[in-house]
Amino acid sequence: MILLPCPWCGPRGADEFGYVGESRVRPDPGSTTPAEWRAYLYHRRNTAGWTRETWYHRMGCRRYLTLERHTVSNQVRSPAGDVEDTR
Amino acid sequence: MRRTPTSPVRRPGRPTGTVPAMTMRLNPQAGEAIDRDDTFTFDWNGRSYPAYGGDTIASALTACGERIFSRSFKYHRPRGLLTASHLDPGCIVQVDDEPNVRGGHRHARAGSRVRSQDTWPSLRFDVKAANGLVGRFLPAGFYYKTFIHPQPLWPAYERVLQRFAHGGVLSAHTPAEAERPRYDKRFAHPDVLVAGGGPAGMAAAVAAARAGAQVLLVEEEHALGGHLRWGGSADLTALADLRDQVAVTPGIEVLTDSVVLGRYEGNWLSVLERGRPDVHERLVKARAKSLVVAAGLIERPYVFAGNDVPGVLLSTAARRLVNLYAVKPGHRAVVFTANAAGDAAAADLERVGVEVVHVEDARHGGDLVRVLGRRGVRAVEVAGGATYSCDLVVTAVGWTAPASLLTMAGDVPTYDARAARFRPDTARLPDDVLATGVVVGDGDLEHLLAHADATGREAARRAAVVAWAWRTALPHRAAEAPPGTEAATRSEAATGTSAATGTGAATGAEQAPDADPVDVPDLPVDAHPELFRAGTHGIVDFSEDVTSQDLLTAVDEGYRGVELVKRYTTATMGPTQGKLEIVNTVAIVAQALGQSIQETGTTTWRPPYAPVTLGALAGRSREPVRHSPMQLWHERHGAVPLVAGAWIRPEHYGDPAGEARTVRQRVGIIDVTPIGKLDLRGPDVAKLLELVYVNRWSKLDVGRVRYGVMCADDGVVLDDGVTARLGDDHYLMSTTSSGAAAVWEWVESWLQTEHPDWRVLVTPVTTAYASINVAGPRSRELLSRLVEGVDLGPDDFGYMHVRTARVAGVDGCVLWRIGFTGELSYEVHVPAGYGLHVWEALLDTGADLGVRPFGVEAQRVLRLEKGHSIVGQDTDGLTRAFSAGLDGLVKLDKDDFVGRPELTWQHEHGDGYRLVGLRPLDGSVVPAEGSQLVEDGQRICGRVTSSRRSPTLGYSICLAQVAAHLASPGCRVSVRLPDGHTVAAVVTEHLAHVDPEGVRLRA
Repeated sequence: MILLPCPWCGPRGADEFGYVGESRVRPDPGSTTPAEWRAYLYHRRNTAGWTRETWYHRMGCRRYLTLERHTVSNQVRSPAGDVEDTR
Repeated sequence: MRRTPTSPVRRPGRPTGTVPAMTMRLNPQAGEAIDRDDTFTFDWNGRSYPAYGGDTIASALTACGERIFSRSFKYHRPRGLLTASHLDPGCIVQVDDEPNVRGGHRHARAGSRVRSQDTWPSLRFDVKAANGLVGRFLPAGFYYKTFIHPQPLWPAYERVLQRFAHGGVLSAHTPAEAERPRYDKRFAHPDVLVAGGGPAGMAAAVAAARAGAQVLLVEEEHALGGHLRWGGSADLTALADLRDQVAVTPGIEVLTDSVVLGRYEGNWLSVLERGRPDVHERLVKARAKSLVVAAGLIERPYVFAGNDVPGVLLSTAARRLVNLYAVKPGHRAVVFTANAAGDAAAADLERVGVEVVHVEDARHGGDLVRVLGRRGVRAVEVAGGATYSCDLVVTAVGWTAPASLLTMAGDVPTYDARAARFRPDTARLPDDVLATGVVVGDGDLEHLLAHADATGREAARRAAVVAWAWRTALPHRAAEAPPGTEAATRSEAATGTSAATGTGAATGAEQAPDADPVDVPDLPVDAHPELFRAGTHGIVDFSEDVTSQDLLTAVDEGYRGVELVKRYTTATMGPTQGKLEIVNTVAIVAQALGQSIQETGTTTWRPPYAPVTLGALAGRSREPVRHSPMQLWHERHGAVPLVAGAWIRPEHYGDPAGEARTVRQRVGIIDVTPIGKLDLRGPDVAKLLELVYVNRWSKLDVGRVRYGVMCADDGVVLDDGVTARLGDDHYLMSTTSSGAAAVWEWVESWLQTEHPDWRVLVTPVTTAYASINVAGPRSRELLSRLVEGVDLGPDDFGYMHVRTARVAGVDGCVLWRIGFTGELSYEVHVPAGYGLHVWEALLDTGADLGVRPFGVEAQRVLRLEKGHSIVGQDTDGLTRAFSAGLDGLVKLDKDDFVGRPELTWQHEHGDGYRLVGLRPLDGSVVPAEGSQLVEDGQRICGRVTSSRRSPTLGYSICLAQVAAHLASPGCRVSVRLPDGHTVAAVVTEHLAHVDPEGVRLRA
């Protein structure tokens, strides 16, 4: 089982967490188009490599956290910079 | 473990006969694992047998001269011991109610009933052995070829074939709770886990512990020691020294009779702990910072004609029987040896008085041809034609490295022809997995211990690096909000922790451990002759009865790869899972394909390494449930329980229709404690409500309650409920009962990820309050008798208002005037400890008003009469807000709310179903919920989402989702009932069938 570094609780097994998904930017609801909005809702990059993801420490501190994970090796590291706009 | 001496257990009514003598038991041996002071008897196939403490079932029976323990899988040939260990495929037995017990491993227990499995009518005379006589008609793939046609007959075939399947018997009778075997789980966090407690494993554990690591040492046998246990005096001396070191070194926990089942991501290891005094089996989930695999070697059987006749033993089996259990495996032996283990076995046998009539040495060109005999070895023919009369044939032809755990960590074993075995490629292992001992290479004990010592120290060093990496890899807690900013202060306050004192960023500057890597010496690899199959054909897979001829047949038929041959012949797929037979299988397939063993490759080792019961995986039986404080009262008053998620609540008290009428005519009370409740505080709560609800919240005054609906960003209805404003910065939100946990997470996700700058503190208070809905025309009269400090009059406490009051003497109760049932009603939230008091006070005080409790079923009927929808029943995972009858609620002119773009587009296109009230024209028919609506007799145009017979109206009523063009009042649709009939129904003017104007509600 993957071990995730919770900034509040320390390293914990992934079964304590809920996987929220790839971090993404919510388009401006006032000016968005159906294509852009549905890409935000349904499209994921599914990268083989480093991804930025959100996890929820459901069985722990109940904080949402963002981290970067390598989807091939499952290495985990602190996120750097802002969420990349994938639109 | 010593037992109190017991007299032989004789159960009345069962045949026992005379207790056989231990004719094959030897004088005490130096390293024996039995306790001769502890004697008892157990039952084998209806007869009583003597045993010593520490005897396995197999050793005790062998000591009495028994040689046949089972019948083989396909041909039902008599089978005896082969390995005399956990792996032994010939001694899988039934012990009391437990099937598939490994008789070569399991200790005999006083009074237990042991039986052979799958023999009929008896082990001695098994009619299914006729399969063996027609063996040439049962070739590889026989079942696939024979029973697949004609297909309709397969169920009949299956019933017959089931009788031929192995697997023991489970009693149909469920034992009482107290007699049931118990299982449990445990979590462990060792720095270093050592898999294998032989000499290398013990030395590695000691070295790692001396370097400061916490070590978990796991050994599959009943005691530490590995092959030293059945060795000579030098081995026993070394063993005693190693055991002493393990015992005196602090920081080592030893688990014997336990096995590492699998290695998963991040050194997550499952360990099966057997034979504990408190539980039958326990699953240990261990997160090890580093893993040392010291799995040893498994001796390989040799393939030749008659190699499964009882009396053909591996050299390790012979040595275990002689040295651990002081049992003589036979009288006259022929030993076929290619290595020191075989030589030692021959010496052991001679020492204890077995006549070794011949030693056939493979290192000098010797070979076996065939064993003669059927129920036991009578003679053996060796290369050159000589035949020796004997009752025991011992083979020592080489080893298999049980590299399972290493393979699970990424290793791909490579075939080393010089050593005649697959060897792990330790260079391919991740940093946190190491290997030592004979699984890696050969060498004398000194070599192995030096290697293990260095590996243990290196494992401890790497564990320290991993621990450091875990501590320092923690992300900064407030990436968007540097410490000292408002948001950081808020989140620290919210969790009661401060970054400065926590485990997070403050430790980021810690230096990495800088100890130099330990130089682990290489182990030599000894040359060994390649011996897999003699010139004759024999059994390759003893569990599955697969012969070398079967493998050749499979290759001939075009299965040109070891994975395909495996699946076609089922070789390596039985209880031994390849540990005994994989290398022979690969070698024979390679030979048939005319390629090398390395080219042929091996099958993949997957977890679990050893069989595990479902009980161990399930752990202890535990099913948490939630009760309201009034649940005991409900039970005492005839409530029929309803399981609703984790909650148990009253469905009704025997008469749901009567309960509903009580609410319409007088007053009823219902326990609605499971309703989700979130306490929201802070200056930005109104912003949060505007975001998560589709309707408007900024104008909600203190003292008011509003109904709200939440959608997800795809516009689908997520949850609903009412939220009250208790103070300027203080709100109480309610959610559906089933949505309580999800809504809390939903609200937190918007606060934490999208708006960390908003100042809102969310506290779930679902179980902090007991909630009671008081509903009916006389609810005001009832409640006014108990409420202090609040005037309940319609002008002072109107519909959709909230008050905080003292109720029945209880301070701090929150009263909402809302009406899910469509009646004048108040929802009273009482501090949970006083829930039962207020409940009983309402019933006592209102007796003259005719108050009665009502359950969930009556509430469902009442709300359906009123046309109030239930999220998840009248909506589903595709229902957007405009399909849920919420048109008036959705405020598309708000700047933003979750789901706004999708709902804007739904509104523009007018697409999707509509929620409508529906009334069957035949009011006596209640269409089942989920019934389809059909148009033109065939096209589905919607479905019934809720339906009941209305006790108020006296006819059936429904809510339905229907296509937009049929959603106008007066439209007629056909409802297709589950029995195929249809009933005509008409769309009603309102969702509400009773009091659509809401006069009763606002009374």
